[in-house]
Amino acid sequence: MHPQVQTYWYELDCGFQQVAEVFEECVFEALSSFSRAQMKAYLDAARVLGKLGRGPEPMLALLEAWPGVVGSVKEDPLPAVMDFVRAMQKSPNGPAIAPFLQTLAAVARRQPSLPQLQAYMDIARELMARTTGSIHGFHQTIPSPGLPEFFAQAPRLLDLLSLQGLRNWVDYGIKNHGKHPERQTEYFKLASPDSRAVLQRERHGTLFHDVERKLDLTLRALWDEHEMLVPYSTAFDEIRQPIPYYDKLGMRVPDVFDDAHGVSGLDRYRAVLAHMVGHRRWSTPQIADNWSPFQRMAVEFFEDARIDTLLMREYPGLARLFLALHPKPIEGACDPETTSCLRHRLAMLSRAFLDPQHGYRDAVLNETVARFRAALGGGVSDTAAMAELALSYVAKTRRQSDQLAKVFFDDTVVDYRDDNRQLWKFIEEGDEEEAFDEPRQLQKNEEPQGLPPRHYPEWDYQSQSYRPDWVSLYESLHPAGNAAKIDRLLAKHGALAKRLKRLLDLLKPQDKVRIRYQEEGSELDLDVALRSLIDFRCGTTPDPRINMSHRTAGRDIAVLLLLDLSESLNEKTPAGDQTILELSQEAVSLLAWAIERLGDPFAIAGFHSDTRHQVRYLHIKGFSEPWNDDVKGRLAAMEAGWSTRMGAALRHAGHYLGNRQADKKLLLILTDGRPSDVDVSDERALGEDVRQAVRELGQKGVFPYCISLDPRADEYVADVFGRSYTVIDNVARLPEKLPELFMALTK
Amino acid sequence: MTDKTQYLVKQEPFYQSQGNEVALYEAAYGARLPVMIKGPTGCGKSRFVEYMAWKLGRPLITVACNEDMTASDLVGRYLLDANGTRWLDGPLTTAARIGAICYLDEIVEARQDTTVVIHPLTDHRRTLPLDKKGELIEAHPDFQLVISYNPGYQSLMKDLKQSTKQRFTGFDFDYPEAELETDIVAKETGLDREPTAKLIKIAHTARNLKGHGLDEGISTRLLVYAATLIKRGVAPGDACRMALVRPITDDADIRATLDHAIDAVFA
Repeated sequence: MHPQVQTYWYELDCGFQQVAEVFEECVFEALSSFSRAQMKAYLDAARVLGKLGRGPEPMLALLEAWPGVVGSVKEDPLPAVMDFVRAMQKSPNGPAIAPFLQTLAAVARRQPSLPQLQAYMDIARELMARTTGSIHGFHQTIPSPGLPEFFAQAPRLLDLLSLQGLRNWVDYGIKNHGKHPERQTEYFKLASPDSRAVLQRERHGTLFHDVERKLDLTLRALWDEHEMLVPYSTAFDEIRQPIPYYDKLGMRVPDVFDDAHGVSGLDRYRAVLAHMVGHRRWSTPQIADNWSPFQRMAVEFFEDARIDTLLMREYPGLARLFLALHPKPIEGACDPETTSCLRHRLAMLSRAFLDPQHGYRDAVLNETVARFRAALGGGVSDTAAMAELALSYVAKTRRQSDQLAKVFFDDTVVDYRDDNRQLWKFIEEGDEEEAFDEPRQLQKNEEPQGLPPRHYPEWDYQSQSYRPDWVSLYESLHPAGNAAKIDRLLAKHGALAKRLKRLLDLLKPQDKVRIRYQEEGSELDLDVALRSLIDFRCGTTPDPRINMSHRTAGRDIAVLLLLDLSESLNEKTPAGDQTILELSQEAVSLLAWAIERLGDPFAIAGFHSDTRHQVRYLHIKGFSEPWNDDVKGRLAAMEAGWSTRMGAALRHAGHYLGNRQADKKLLLILTDGRPSDVDVSDERALGEDVRQAVRELGQKGVFPYCISLDPRADEYVADVFGRSYTVIDNVARLPEKLPELFMALTK
Repeated sequence: MTDKTQYLVKQEPFYQSQGNEVALYEAAYGARLPVMIKGPTGCGKSRFVEYMAWKLGRPLITVACNEDMTASDLVGRYLLDANGTRWLDGPLTTAARIGAICYLDEIVEARQDTTVVIHPLTDHRRTLPLDKKGELIEAHPDFQLVISYNPGYQSLMKDLKQSTKQRFTGFDFDYPEAELETDIVAKETGLDREPTAKLIKIAHTARNLKGHGLDEGISTRLLVYAATLIKRGVAPGDACRMALVRPITDDADIRATLDHAIDAVFA
């Protein structure tokens, strides 16, 4: 050891062999930037860590990380950090000290100020406080399972999230997995799906999800194209960031774009789409077997520049986006003696193609730019011409150093351009002598089982936030049964039907209603006219409102009846021998018959659930389906089973109803108990979710109305549905009540 | 007798023909066949009728139809007078009496029971019975009925009855080709061709969105408004936003898309 290092070593007062091995290097690194006082504080802190009784790791971590931290943060963060370390040491979370220090340098690079770093530590401290368990409630004895994982993921998280986003993400994890060590670990390791989903929701930048429709409209409006936009994830690929591309399944774009170079995330998406559209319009694939990778790269740069030029010709405003996003390589920034400069030359050239004010002085470059402009002067040129230009440029400027392994990458990546995989075709699959055809794989044509699931969020009242994509809803056609059964039921209620019919006739749209006393109207109202004339002759002021007109009083109501088909429907009614299910069938048949007579568009669906992974939404009657034997058959086959997860079913029904064109949209829910499911122990949780769903429906212009058959429903149904509910105590009277209720509602 | 001259079209309206529709119309008028003109809003239907009335030198009576319109709004009604009641002819009756071209604009907006009053005028009878007054009017030999409607955005409820449709000869109008539309807007407003062509380009972006959140694309009429604003010195971007985008949509996403298109076109 160097003599000075030797003194420091004594000061450190440490016997760990592992530390001794790296100490000298660490000290040299520290000495290069630390003041004397900083050096002393550094060693003091390291000594404290060495005496914690937790092995050499914490000390090693600090010794190695600290110079990096001080390099990025201006103020001195050491007291704050040591304070937090002491707090961890006092709790059962001592083992998390090493992971914390290990990633501290990386975190500091992303949050390079003391307040930011402090905020990060506050989040970690809160996580520690809330997830450290205790057995008897006095002393905390069980270490937080998520904390070490959180520290390990922190740099990556901070890449994607703002501090507020990080706080929300941590908060969600604590609330939902606070009591479950394995799940908590998974969550903070970013291994569970909901962890990733919440991360995605909290990300900074412009999320694809939020602008999807705008992009779709842009594609249609500006380019008259319709193509699926498929997002790919950028959050979990660290080593190789994927590049936009398109294939026959659609255009692949990243799931988030941050604002960059003064261009908003949305505009970056638009630039990406425009460039891809340009390729589809003007590029033709080239046979690339005989071209080297360098040559191909050059052709790509030339072709991309041609596409951009043509796009800017079409929409001059795109120039602002392209020029802002295209890097501006500095002439001479790359040393051709030691580095491979081909990329740099091509990026400069590409810039010069797009930007008339490029200001590069290189003679060959300027000559190539002139040739490029000449080629595009008359028309759109084509890919082959660009390839020719590119190859001649590469040949002219070739240098031995282009082959070097050290490639100059700065300012050469144009991130709105796709990966050009459509630009090439190869005659041979590979360079091997014996190239065999790929064995043809027979794909089995499997019939998909039903529709793919739709995912709906669920409201978590405790955190007042949505759990994204929490419930999977499967929609299918209800199996059919014997329609005659429904006809028999209807016949049984013949007397009731007759009474209903009278009511219905009153409700039927009275197409014309006379409005009298109109100053302007379609016809003279003789009675009033005579009266006015008499007044006039008598010398008093006549009433000028002598006309009458007609108004059409029509109904424009769309109704969807949502039936709860859970197990409890199989119970017998207190009075009779019928099950609630049978009574519901009767009631729904009568209602359907009544609405059919009224002519309102009407749909019926049923639902039940078996945990959040399977909510089944059974389609019984569609809006445009007539009330025929098919529908009756499905109604007759109704069966009860499983539980009542109502929120997702409501959202799905609301989605259908929301798309209807009607003045009034009524969603009737017929249920016999409170929302519940086997995987939810909290009685309130699903009720609160339904309440939130009801609120969402209201915003969509759908009016939900609950008809509960649960005599005890008064306790909770008002909380969920507000005032729009009815409780039918005497279930036996449901068949007559339901149509009456409907008529009262829509009168 | 009603003053006929007030209904005459005094000045030649600017109309750029897109095909042989002028000759076809003249032939239809020669035989006094009723004419129906279909097409999206603001594509020049009313202008065409006005132009033809001017060209043929006939008076033109235009009625803008709406759903509160009743048969008596077309035919006429009794009004109160010092001596009792007085009959007042409606526009259709007036036109039939004086031999004008009666133009019912956006006919499907009127209720179907209203539109049947035109039936006797549109077939060989060419009469208009005024049942309230007890009079049967023989249409003037120069009388012709023209209706227009926009088949695009109306609901199923608002279609014409077959019995009404089959009394008319028809023209199908659409927005003109880009070149021609540029000509039209440039001539109408006096704006240079180059900025006008850009306006047309924006209109085409919006027309691509029809059915995807827009009921109707940007019409030639709106383009004329925008060009007029630009001609008066308004910045092109602002003029487009004001005249082309804001009127046609309340949908934030579509607005953002069209704003982007404007930025992309007017660099």
